Amino acid sequence: MDFGLNEDQRLLAESARSFLEAEAPTELVRSLGDDPTGQCSVLNRKILEQGWPGLLIPEAHGGLGLGMLEAALVCTEFGRALAPSPFLSSSILATSLLCSIASVSQKRHWLPRLASGEMLATVAWLEESDDLAPAGTALRARRARERFRLSGAKLFVLDAHVADVYLVAARTAAGLGPDGVSLFAIPRDTPGLSLTPLEGFDRTRRLFEIRFDDVVVERDQRIGREGTAWKHLQRMLDVAAVAIAAECQGGAERALELAVDYTKIREQFGRPVGSFQAVKHMAAECFAEIEPSRSLLWFAAHAQNAHNRGASRAASMAKARLAEVYSRTANTAVQMHGGIGFTWEHDIHFWFKRAKANEALFGTPAFHRERVAALSGW
Amino acid sequence: MNLAFRKEDEKFRAALRSWLRKHLPKRRDEIDGGEDLNFQGAEHIAAAKRWQRKLFEAGYVAMGWPEEFGGKGADPVRQTILAEEMVAHRAPLLIGQLGLFMLGPTLIRCGTDAQRKRFLPRILTADEIWCQGYSEPGSGSDLASLRTHAVLDGDDFVVNGQKIWTTTAHFADWMFCLVRTDPEAPRHKGISYILIDMRSPGVEVRPLVQMNGQSGFNEVFFTDVRVPKGNLVGELNGGWAVANTTLSHERNMLANPMRTQQLMSDLIRLAARRNANGGKVTRDPRLRQKLADLQIRVDMMKYHSWKQLSDEVHGRPTGPGQSINKLVTTELNHEICATALELLGDYGPLAGSSPHAEDQGFWPRDWMFTLGMIIGGGTSQIQKNIIAERVLGLPRGS
Repeated sequence: MDFGLNEDQRLLAESARSFLEAEAPTELVRSLGDDPTGQCSVLNRKILEQGWPGLLIPEAHGGLGLGMLEAALVCTEFGRALAPSPFLSSSILATSLLCSIASVSQKRHWLPRLASGEMLATVAWLEESDDLAPAGTALRARRARERFRLSGAKLFVLDAHVADVYLVAARTAAGLGPDGVSLFAIPRDTPGLSLTPLEGFDRTRRLFEIRFDDVVVERDQRIGREGTAWKHLQRMLDVAAVAIAAECQGGAERALELAVDYTKIREQFGRPVGSFQAVKHMAAECFAEIEPSRSLLWFAAHAQNAHNRGASRAASMAKARLAEVYSRTANTAVQMHGGIGFTWEHDIHFWFKRAKANEALFGTPAFHRERVAALSGW
Repeated sequence: MNLAFRKEDEKFRAALRSWLRKHLPKRRDEIDGGEDLNFQGAEHIAAAKRWQRKLFEAGYVAMGWPEEFGGKGADPVRQTILAEEMVAHRAPLLIGQLGLFMLGPTLIRCGTDAQRKRFLPRILTADEIWCQGYSEPGSGSDLASLRTHAVLDGDDFVVNGQKIWTTTAHFADWMFCLVRTDPEAPRHKGISYILIDMRSPGVEVRPLVQMNGQSGFNEVFFTDVRVPKGNLVGELNGGWAVANTTLSHERNMLANPMRTQQLMSDLIRLAARRNANGGKVTRDPRLRQKLADLQIRVDMMKYHSWKQLSDEVHGRPTGPGQSINKLVTTELNHEICATALELLGDYGPLAGSSPHAEDQGFWPRDWMFTLGMIIGGGTSQIQKNIIAERVLGLPRGS
């Protein structure tokens, strides 16, 4: 019995923290907020040098062959630093989806390219309905002899401006149930495909609408077997839930640290405001939520690789809980800063905004609680 | 991450399970005082003592104590397995638990050989039951302001004053007690830890009735009570440090994650057989959300207890566990009970004696009891102060 990190995992977490502190300081996060791409090529190259794009990719395909717990540790640090990067969209989500669904030869083609950073991928799943249930995937891929033709739109696609290829979920058969959903790899420069940024309050992460105007896709661009993508998307939803929960853990820790540090130096009534119980209890309540939530996160991450039957349930538990803990903490952290916390000039709003955006991303807390209830057999 | 127990630990668990199945009395109420250790009447008390003695003889009492003092020198993993199985089999709390979990470990750490020899064996066998004399009417959260005092007179201390919220005092044989021995010294430096025979002349116990109608705790009055000098534990005026070794045990006692898991599974069972809004409770979207939220927090505290246990066993820094556990667990327990009352509707307030009561009136009783646990053992507000000041390093108020 050892619920905890091994030496390698501890080192990975520590080195990820010091790397991102040095390479993605908050000044960089702030300046990239005004950048049209929101990305820093120097930072992305250095991330590549860490080998993180191959973190989840088996060694046989040129990756590090690590598991979801290691991925969660790195995501925690990305969430802490708010470092803009296609790490989540490409190296975690698209990669885990490919590892799950792709045929052997497709893996041989895609995985080494993702591991080496030669290309970036992102998943295009949700549509205008913003519905994670099967009916939310309605885009049709109509068969035209040896090809498929797609017309319609995908929304809330992460980092679509830097991804070279989109993994698009589309229906190859009639109906709106879990059957008949297929996955296609469609390059960004395919004719008929257009991108629109979805401008939002979280400038540290960019989302897009992708429009398909009679886009023609060859049969060999279909990934995995026809009509079977749903269960792989569910598996990726678990990975997304854990990864985003991890970001939330790191972000909540950092937001509380910033707030606590501030209340130690900010003086009113002749003493630090952090000496008042009203302020102390706000901080203590956040801390008492954040500490145990790390254990829930680690368990959920571990369960993904332990072939645990409760892996989906644990992932949803982590996402539901940590997203709300992060939001509450970030809210409290702004409040603990007083007026300065409401300004553009102060940094705390970056965490405040990411917390709210993460709450919605890949399933709201209510969605994941319902999933927990269903998976508990209630 | 390795979530499996060692083979020898699993063997221990299997043996414990079969022992419990064989020896747990069919009628638990004979030996059960409930969570507030509300034992009433000589027969009830005698039966509960017999049960502890039986467990002791089987080797399942005070397993964490060193062997030389009658324990098994068991590591925290074994102790956790024991606690898990006791809860899983709904074994009643032991009548002697204040001696087992609080005084015993204190004597092992701070007592004299003579004290250990005199007191430890009878704690194990339940021949002597202990109560804790800390809180006073004017000293609750601010325990260090306590005023019950002891003055040396020859070979005895002479004790005068009053204690309150004293669980089990109505049948305890002994009390471990904090008294002021130097009124001139700074508050924390004038307190001593002494052991008082409850049958001494001048000790008077008056039961207090709790809001749930039960009377597990008491007021205790001392009028010129003589206590031999040899019953001082640790240094004269060094009682604050001695007491602090047991406060952490108390917080752990109140924050048992296994107990919370059981409460939650009982709530789910209740939900499965009750209706709300024209259908099963478990089909109601709002109640499903509520139940899922509780289940998530219960599971979180389970995993967190695994982490704390592992950190302890593998010698890693253990972090600020106890205050968080006490704060989170006691409030979670109360919220689970409050949710049960919500599901019960008009059945919620019914007394256990009503033929219509669900679970023999357990839920309303525990709803009130769990509120008491948010207050006892250091209120939630005190735990937040501890977290803010000792963990987050926020400055002490003036």
